[in-house]
Amino acid sequence: MVYLLMLAAGAGAVAVVLVLRLWMVLRTQDVSSRQSVSLLVVAGSGGHTTEILRLLEYLSSAYSPRHYVIADTDKMSTNKINGFELYQAERKPSNRATEYYIHRIPRSREVRQSWLSAVFTTLRSMLVSFPLTFRLKPDVVLCNGPGTCVPICLSALLLGILGIKKVIIVYVESICRVETLSMSGKILFHLSDYFIVQWPTLKEKYPKSVYLGRIV
Amino acid sequence: MKSVFVTVGTTSFDDLIACVSSHDCLQIIESLGYSRLILQIGRGTVAPEPFRTESFALDVYRYKDSVKEDLRKADLVISHAGAGTCLECLEKGKPLVVVVNEQLMNNHQLELAKQLHKEGHLFYCTCSTLPGLLQSMDLSTLKCYPPGQPEKFSAFLDKVVGLQK
Repeated sequence: MVYLLMLAAGAGAVAVVLVLRLWMVLRTQDVSSRQSVSLLVVAGSGGHTTEILRLLEYLSSAYSPRHYVIADTDKMSTNKINGFELYQAERKPSNRATEYYIHRIPRSREVRQSWLSAVFTTLRSMLVSFPLTFRLKPDVVLCNGPGTCVPICLSALLLGILGIKKVIIVYVESICRVETLSMSGKILFHLSDYFIVQWPTLKEKYPKSVYLGRIV
Repeated sequence: MKSVFVTVGTTSFDDLIACVSSHDCLQIIESLGYSRLILQIGRGTVAPEPFRTESFALDVYRYKDSVKEDLRKADLVISHAGAGTCLECLEKGKPLVVVVNEQLMNNHQLELAKQLHKEGHLFYCTCSTLPGLLQSMDLSTLKCYPPGQPEKFSAFLDKVVGLQK
């Protein structure tokens, strides 16, 4: 009984420390000036990929390397990303020196998959996402809401909690979302450093979000 | 030669493909002066047989690396409510009919289609109302769509990551 109590107290203490660490990580605003930014982009699939590539179009060549993460069941994104990078290199000579890589992880949630089984597939994704995020140690994670982005953002947070690196998490809610947040958005609203919405209705509902107008 | 391009995106939208390739719908499309219909059907199970007659051609494919070319050539686009296709069409100034997939979980795509419809940028319907809409719509009533401003996003990001100019 005493052991159980001690175990519970120990677990409680660890939980408190983790929550405190999480709070500290989320409050840290890392604005140390830098020359280049290593970017991890969660492209997800389908429309999410198209949308996030539009966001990247105007980023300067200082955002290098760019690591793209896509779902392993995604067939179209690789071509879209390669096409985009090729176009960028042709458009601006300074982009030619920048590097990009594409990484695949298991998809967290297929369309029509139930939320309960999504919890398990997300955990499975974590097993791949964390080692990947740990290896890349990006400065910024940028995502716009495919299920795949949740395990990546959690991994990035974990890097901060463990004191390995403070990763800036920027979440851009998809232009699809006019009145309600996506499931990923609801999860990451409190866990991201900057949460951007693209319609005034959402800004009104979530005053803490950032509204820059329509950016895609 | 005017053409209609139907696209379902990455997944599938069997109801739309079945509806648009039905005899009645094909006749409506032909009567509106279109002589070619191209269907991008994704991983759908409804796969109509392509055909070619003197006055009309039906082409069917699952995926292409980029549907841009088909979008560019089309005179009318009928699409699922995917943001990518919607925005691409509107930016190219293509008349667009968005068909909402009522079977998708939460059906959040409705939000965007509804909003863009409210602002007068596109027509919007379900599979069952598509034939009626095709017959009654007036493409000249559509409003043009101003481009988004990704440069505002890059300026914001530069600032928050502390990137030196």
